[in-house]
Amino acid sequence: MTAPVAGGVDCDLHPAVPHLTSLLPYMNDYWRDQVTTRGMTDLLSQSYPANSPIAGRADWRPARGKPGESVDDLVKHAIAPFNTAFGILNPLYGVQLVFSEDMADAFCRALNGWLVKEWLDRDARLRGSIVIPAQSVEKSVAEIERCATDRRFVQVLMLVSGDMPLGKRHYWPIYAACERLGLPVGIHAGSNYHNPPTSVGWGSYHIEDYVAQAQAFQTQITSLIVEGVFAKFPALKMVMLESGFTWLPSYLWRLHKFWRGVRMETPWVDRAPAEIVRSNIRFSLQPVDAPPEPDTLNRLFDQLQSDELLLFSTDYPHWQFDGDSALPPGLSPDLARKIMIDNPHAAYARLKDSVAKETTP
Amino acid sequence: MNMQFRSGAQQDTASAIETAIADCDIHPARATATELYPFLAKRWHEHLATYGKHAYQGMMEGPPYPKAQPNASRRDAYPPEGGPQGSSLSFMQQQLLDPHNVALGVLNPLNTGQGIRNHDLSAALATAINDWQIEKWTSKDSRLKGSIVVANEDGPAAAAEIRRRAGDPNFVQVLLLSRNVEPLGQRRYWPIYEAAQEIGVPVGVHAFGFGGNPITSSGWPSYYIEEMVGHSQCQQTALASIVLEGVLERFPKLRMVMIEAGFGWAPSLAWRLDKVWQKLRSEVPHVKRPPSEYIRDHIWWTTQPMEDPEKREHLFQVIEWVGWDKLLFATDYPHWDFDEPSRVLPPGVSDVNREAFYLGNAKKLYGIA
Repeated sequence: MTAPVAGGVDCDLHPAVPHLTSLLPYMNDYWRDQVTTRGMTDLLSQSYPANSPIAGRADWRPARGKPGESVDDLVKHAIAPFNTAFGILNPLYGVQLVFSEDMADAFCRALNGWLVKEWLDRDARLRGSIVIPAQSVEKSVAEIERCATDRRFVQVLMLVSGDMPLGKRHYWPIYAACERLGLPVGIHAGSNYHNPPTSVGWGSYHIEDYVAQAQAFQTQITSLIVEGVFAKFPALKMVMLESGFTWLPSYLWRLHKFWRGVRMETPWVDRAPAEIVRSNIRFSLQPVDAPPEPDTLNRLFDQLQSDELLLFSTDYPHWQFDGDSALPPGLSPDLARKIMIDNPHAAYARLKDSVAKETTP
Repeated sequence: MNMQFRSGAQQDTASAIETAIADCDIHPARATATELYPFLAKRWHEHLATYGKHAYQGMMEGPPYPKAQPNASRRDAYPPEGGPQGSSLSFMQQQLLDPHNVALGVLNPLNTGQGIRNHDLSAALATAINDWQIEKWTSKDSRLKGSIVVANEDGPAAAAEIRRRAGDPNFVQVLLLSRNVEPLGQRRYWPIYEAAQEIGVPVGVHAFGFGGNPITSSGWPSYYIEEMVGHSQCQQTALASIVLEGVLERFPKLRMVMIEAGFGWAPSLAWRLDKVWQKLRSEVPHVKRPPSEYIRDHIWWTTQPMEDPEKREHLFQVIEWVGWDKLLFATDYPHWDFDEPSRVLPPGVSDVNREAFYLGNAKKLYGIA
C-alpha cells in the first residue's frame, strides 16, 4: 500500500441511524405521531443488509448496534488512523425509499437535523451531506436552501438509482440550486428501488445488486452528459461515491465513439465527454476494483489521463480494504497527495470556510 | 465505426484486404413483411395481420428510440432491386462478402420472435426465421452460417428448437438478446443453455431486446445514444447474472459470445466481480471459482463497435487481459456503425494474433474447417 498523507479529506463516511425513533426529536408533531401510531420501526435499505460482510468491516463492527452508529468509533477507526483533517458524512438511511414524497421529505429533514446535532456538533472535523427527497424537486430545493446556511454541509446527496435518469430536465432545479450555493452533488451507490435494481431486471442476490452499482453509475454519467446538465450548469461539480472507477476509461472510449457518431441528436453537448468528466465529475477512491498490483493500477491511472479525478475515501464502515491500506499500492507521493488533499479541496469549495459555531437548521 | 454516405460498392472494393476474414455479426433482413409467411402456419398470418407482435414495449411500429439512420443501416446498403438494407443475398455478396474476402459470415437475424409477449407466436416465429435462414441464405452461399433463434422467454420451446437443429451444419450458435424479462442467468433460461451445451454450439448474446424492464436502473433515458452506450451496461449486468447464478458452473462446456456490446469493460467488470465475490461468496456458494476465471474460460467477444482509445497501447492492454484468442472480428453489416476490416486494428499486432482475430478464433469456436 501507499502511506496516507496527513491532513487529508475522507469523502465517503457513513454514519448509521440507530433506529427510526432516533429521528423523532427532529420531526414535527404530525410525523412523530405517524411514526409512533403506525408502528414504523426502521428504514433499512436492501442495498446494505446490516450483517452483510460488505456493509461492515469485521474489526469495525460494534459489540451492539449498527456499524457506523457511534461518533467515537468513527473517529477511532476512520479519522485518527489516517490523520484526516475533514471527514464528509454521507448517511445512507432508507429515507429515499418510501413512496410518499411528503413522508420522504419529513424523514430527510429529520435526518439532516439529526446529522447536525448528533455528528457535526460533536467533532469539528466532520462535514455533512444534505439528503433530499429527490422524487419531489420542489421539496428537495427547499431542503437544500434550508440546510445550506450551515456551511458544514458541503454537498447534496442523491442515490445513483432512482425514479428516472439523473440528467432529465425534471431534476435541473436541484442542480441550479447546488450550483448557486456552491454545493457539489454527491451521487452514492444505492437504489430507491422504484425501478428494478439492474438494467436487465431483478437479480437473485445481494451480490448482483452490489456489482450492478457500477453499471448504474455508467448510465447516469451518460444521462447527465447527453442531457446537457454541464452545458447548462458549467460550474456544477458532481462526485460519484462508492462507484468504482476502473471502468471509467473503457466506458469513456465507448461514449466518445458514439457521441462522434450521433452527436446531431444532442447538439448541446459541445465538448467531448471525457473533457466534461475531467472538468465536472469526480470519483471517490474506494472501492478500487482492480487487482492489488502496481503495474495494473498504474496502467489504469495512465488510461484515466488525469490525476485530478479521484478523491480519498475509506467508505467507512463498509469493507473495501483491510488494515489501513486505504490507498492502493504503487501511487506516487504526488498522486497520493492530490487524491488525499488537493482534489477534495478543489471539489468541495466549502471546505475552505473556517467554520465557527453555526446556527442549526 | 464510420458513417457511409457514398453509394454502391466501389468504396468497399477499394479497401479490400488480402487475407480471408470471418464476420461474426451480419444482420440479414426480410425484403418484405410477408417474406416469413411461407414458413409460418396460416393461423399466424391472420394473427399477425390482426394483432401484430405484442412486444414487451409500447411501440407497434417504429422503435422507441429512433435510430440515427433508416433501419439503423448504411445508406449505401439498399439493394438495387429494392427492399431494406441487408435483404438481398446478391447485394450482400457484392458489397460485403466478396470485396472483404469473408470466408465465414455468421448471421444474427434481429426483429424476429424474441421479446414478444405471446410465447406461442414467439416460438412459431423462431422456427420460421430459422427455416428462412436456410432457404434464403445458408443454402445459397456456403460462407454464411445461421444462428438458431429461439423463443427466449419459453425455455422448453427454446430447447426443443435448439435440439431440432442439432447437427445441422447450417447453424453455428444459438442467438439470445441481452435484455429479457429477467437477467440472463435466471433459471427460466437454463433449458436454453442445457440444450446448447448438449448439441455443442455456443450461445451468442447480442446487444438489444426488450423484456419489460426499463433499460437503466433509474428508468427510461431520453436518447438513442443512451440506448447505444447503455448496451454495454446491460450486457455487463447480464453477464454478471450468468456468472453469479452459476450457469457456467452448471454447464461447464457452455461457450458464450458477447455480440456488439464491446469488450473494453471486461477487465474492470471481472475485477469488481472477483473483489466482491471474495467478500460475499457465502451468499453464492454455487459460484466455486473467482468470477474472472469463468469469464476468461467461457466467454468470446465480437469486436464491433471496436474499442477506440486515443492511445493504441490502451487497446492492447485491454486485449491482453481479454485474450487475443477470444476476439471475433465483426462488421455489423449493414448497420450504420459498420467496422471496416482493414482499418479496425492499429499497427503493431503480430501475424499470429492478426490471423486469430480476423479468422482463426471464429473457425475454432464455430467448428468450421
